[in-house]
Amino acid sequence: MIPVWAQVCYVVAAVCFILALKGLSSPKSARRGNLIGAFGALLAVVVTFIAYDIDNLGWILAAVAVGAIGGAWGARRVAMTAMPQLVALFNGVGGGAAALVALLELSEPARAGLVKPDGFFNNDAGWFAYSPLNDESGGHSLEELERLAQLLTTGTLTATAFTILIGAVSFSGSVITFLKLQELMTGRPITFPGGPFVFGGVLVAALGLGVWTVATGSVTLAIILAIVGLLAGVLLVLPVGGADVPIVISLLNAFTGLAVAAGGYVLENALLLVAGTLVGASGTILTRAMARAMGRSVSSILFGAFKGGSTAGGGEASDRPVRSAGPDDVAIMLAYARRVIVVPGYGLAVAQAQHTIRELVDLLEKRGVEVGYAIHPVAGRMPGHMNVLLAEANVPYEQLLEMDTANGQLRTADVALVVGANDVVNPAARTSPGSPIYGMPILDADHAGAIVFLKRSMRPGFAGIENELLFDPKTTLLFGDAKASLTALVTALKSL
Amino acid sequence: MTEGVALLTVFVLAVFVGFEVVSKVSSTLHTPLMSGANAIHGVILVGSVIVAGTADEAGVLVVALIAVVLATLNLVGGFVVTDRMLEMFGGKRPPDAPAQSSASAQLPAKEGGE
Repeated sequence: MIPVWAQVCYVVAAVCFILALKGLSSPKSARRGNLIGAFGALLAVVVTFIAYDIDNLGWILAAVAVGAIGGAWGARRVAMTAMPQLVALFNGVGGGAAALVALLELSEPARAGLVKPDGFFNNDAGWFAYSPLNDESGGHSLEELERLAQLLTTGTLTATAFTILIGAVSFSGSVITFLKLQELMTGRPITFPGGPFVFGGVLVAALGLGVWTVATGSVTLAIILAIVGLLAGVLLVLPVGGADVPIVISLLNAFTGLAVAAGGYVLENALLLVAGTLVGASGTILTRAMARAMGRSVSSILFGAFKGGSTAGGGEASDRPVRSAGPDDVAIMLAYARRVIVVPGYGLAVAQAQHTIRELVDLLEKRGVEVGYAIHPVAGRMPGHMNVLLAEANVPYEQLLEMDTANGQLRTADVALVVGANDVVNPAARTSPGSPIYGMPILDADHAGAIVFLKRSMRPGFAGIENELLFDPKTTLLFGDAKASLTALVTALKSL
Repeated sequence: MTEGVALLTVFVLAVFVGFEVVSKVSSTLHTPLMSGANAIHGVILVGSVIVAGTADEAGVLVVALIAVVLATLNLVGGFVVTDRMLEMFGGKRPPDAPAQSSASAQLPAKEGGE
């Protein structure tokens, strides 16, 4: 049906996507990899416009323009701190698009007056019942009728139902992750009595509806399936605790990939199949790698809250006594240290204090203090997020220490300066097996000679658990917004 | 049905390629890699365009055009935001990494064009 040259172009595009993923796996080639992927996508879309018989061209181009302008605008404008939720949103709309495409494909034979013949395992594309009542369908060529009948075979219907269900789950799940990260709703896990049973019930209903849709080819059932899928997506993400949300984004990303792959099967489009499958497979690996970096398993993240093991916690401020100090005292501690290790966290990024911390570090280095940044793999809101944020502030790459190196240096550091981080230095991850973050690799800030926390308040971190380190006798707290505190420190250092 | 089997073969092979291609990634690159993969599944735009291109009723066309807008958001937004992330790694590569920015300069911001 599609000309050979177009199929060859699709192969080229598929190769581009493979090279893109390969390139993105290494810092040296990452940016080029992304551009190769963009080129592949551009090629695929242009080829589609030429090779397929496209009606409504004006409308479609207008829709593409709206999406392209909106997407580019959002991606350019978003603050780097808000980037995880934007990625979640882009992922969600992709899943939504896949579900809509599958629904529309399914409605095609029905609109032409074709119905699936009885019999669940009837795979013969030739056996379709043609309704003479629908005169408009008389205009279809034999080839077209065969294609429509193909859409009603059990294999294709299974792929259709899968795309609709997974696409819907990905869409609504991504919207919830967006709301959580954007703090439009609480980041804490939301559970309710009987939650697991409701979720289980919804899954069973989705499965039943899926099978029923495949058996009948009914569009109405497929729409109900999509609605149940939306519900399942919401229920899937609600119980996930704040700190685990990024891993769920990655998981939903893999889901959308699989939905697109199944959509490719429905449309008999090999490019969609390959691209979707690549994302599905690599997304699965990536999700596992991210979970491992946090010392968690994917199942404990998804079902942890049901069992009470997720990053729950009260989110209440503690009133236990702590030692706090003013900027002048802290400035002296820093200025006369030999080695200072900065542990930056999400609070630093929220306060937009990346530039101020660099100024402080430059001042300290001028005084001969050895300074490094200890980067926890999941500092910020996503693995690698902190590297991006510090790179934005032109922090030299060599000053960024990966966790193992950082932990070695923290042992000999005089001061660990923790700026807007909390969970990633919580010793509970090492010492208390009951803690939700137990087993997560942490930065051993407690091994440093002294610890200085720049914190807004005594509220616990994103994971919602109290940090024993705050009450350590070696710890000094400097309360205030990270940027204001750092600016005060810079001023104090200059006047020393 | 042979068509189906051919597609199934492609699917299985693509699974292995997908597993293999990202098997060793440092945690620094997890976020851009996820974002890049996210952009790639935006090619569902191809499917949306095909469906919109065969729509013969207003209702169907409207739904299909919504799919086109959503898919384009995913595709264009995904590549642009990934590029923005990676841009920041740009000039600050570790000293042992050879400068090879010329290669990436040859493909100027194509992603804006879809």
